[in-house]
Amino acid sequence: MLRDEPTLTPLAGCTDLYVALNFGTLKDTRFLDLWRLDRLRKIELRGGALSIGALATFTDLIRSTLVRKRLPMLAAAARDVGGVQIQNRGTIGGNVANASPAGDTLPVLAAADAVVVLQQAGGIRRVPFDGFYTGYRQTVRRPGELIVGIEIPPVRGRQFFRKVGTRAAQAISKIVMAGILGPATGSGRTARIALGSVAPTVVRVPRTEAALASGASIEAVQRTLMEEIAPIDDLRSTAEYRRRVAANLLARFVCGASRG
Amino acid sequence: MSITPIDRLEFIRITAAATSVRKDTKSGVSVAPSASVTRALALRVNGEAVRLDVDTRVTLLDALREQLQLFGTKKGCDHGQCGACTVHVNGRRVLSCLTLAVMHDDDDIITVEGLERNGVLHPVQEAFIEHDAFQCGYCTAGQIMSAAALLNEPCGPSDDDVREQMSGNLCRCGAYPNIVAAIQSARGRA
Repeated sequence: MLRDEPTLTPLAGCTDLYVALNFGTLKDTRFLDLWRLDRLRKIELRGGALSIGALATFTDLIRSTLVRKRLPMLAAAARDVGGVQIQNRGTIGGNVANASPAGDTLPVLAAADAVVVLQQAGGIRRVPFDGFYTGYRQTVRRPGELIVGIEIPPVRGRQFFRKVGTRAAQAISKIVMAGILGPATGSGRTARIALGSVAPTVVRVPRTEAALASGASIEAVQRTLMEEIAPIDDLRSTAEYRRRVAANLLARFVCGASRG
Repeated sequence: MSITPIDRLEFIRITAAATSVRKDTKSGVSVAPSASVTRALALRVNGEAVRLDVDTRVTLLDALREQLQLFGTKKGCDHGQCGACTVHVNGRRVLSCLTLAVMHDDDDIITVEGLERNGVLHPVQEAFIEHDAFQCGYCTAGQIMSAAALLNEPCGPSDDDVREQMSGNLCRCGAYPNIVAAIQSARGRA
């Protein structure tokens, strides 16, 4: 169907799309309801990777023992999405497709080196999360393609997730961070850090990761992070606030005083 | 001259009909814009089988209120922030303002009108009355639907756990302390 009519917008939980529709900020007029494709709701291990169907809801993620065991930071992120009513309808595929820079699960997927599985009539292709977003609300998804799932390779190390918003629940993030910290060795440690709400898309911070890996002091790593990100002032927060909070979150993560 | 009092819901029904008629005469030609597509749905609402013809653009909230005259479900913000429109779909609470009616063919919908059984109030409804868990009442149906669902959800024992699980329902009057107390007492009873 998507091949024959590429102007169709796929929808499932509608928890964000419908808001845009109501506000008149959405130009799309024809939609394809995916909700009943239960096959795309599975969460399972496949070839060592955690495979999550695009239609898995945030509630599915929170309740999945597999997710809680393998990727607890994803369960933590899902818990911070809206209220329970939103968690019952919103899907991980929708969060990815919606391509908001503030999407709560996106830094988790970026830090975990997730792979987006896209399918069209011709077949399947896999896109590393790193290369999935091309700009503000832009992705490499072609009109005839559907996001069918997310694959997450095994993650080693301590995981961290923290969202900072106007209030703990329900609000859109001012800043959101996810990270994975490998065990400390003599020559530093591997680190994968991703942030949301600091750029037009969710971003990894390779210079900060390199500084952590080199064993630099936490103050030096924080300085690197504050230079590396380029957040903006907007209605939710200021660039300066976001920089400082990002640095504080990083210290909290690295020094271990973290939940998640 | 005696005036027969008109039921509030009857009033809404009549004025809604009048509004739609006026729209019709205004456009002069057809009932709905050319983009409208109507679909037949069969679903269960509060245990009863219901057949509905819905415009594919209509939300579940609007279909419940305007087509089925179930006015218990409230329209607060109409974009998923306030929780006043919370209903249960196949046993899970969702926001009826953020879902299209056409997506619910064959689904089981429970609204606040369907919570009582054989004239006996749901434990959450009883508790809300006992604890005076409302002031103006506008958010109450949504609060009660969320709380009723919460009884069957994993939720820690503390008041903070309840507040977290109820974060999707706002109360502008600030009746939160009594709402939390009511829910805790209903949990003890259920």
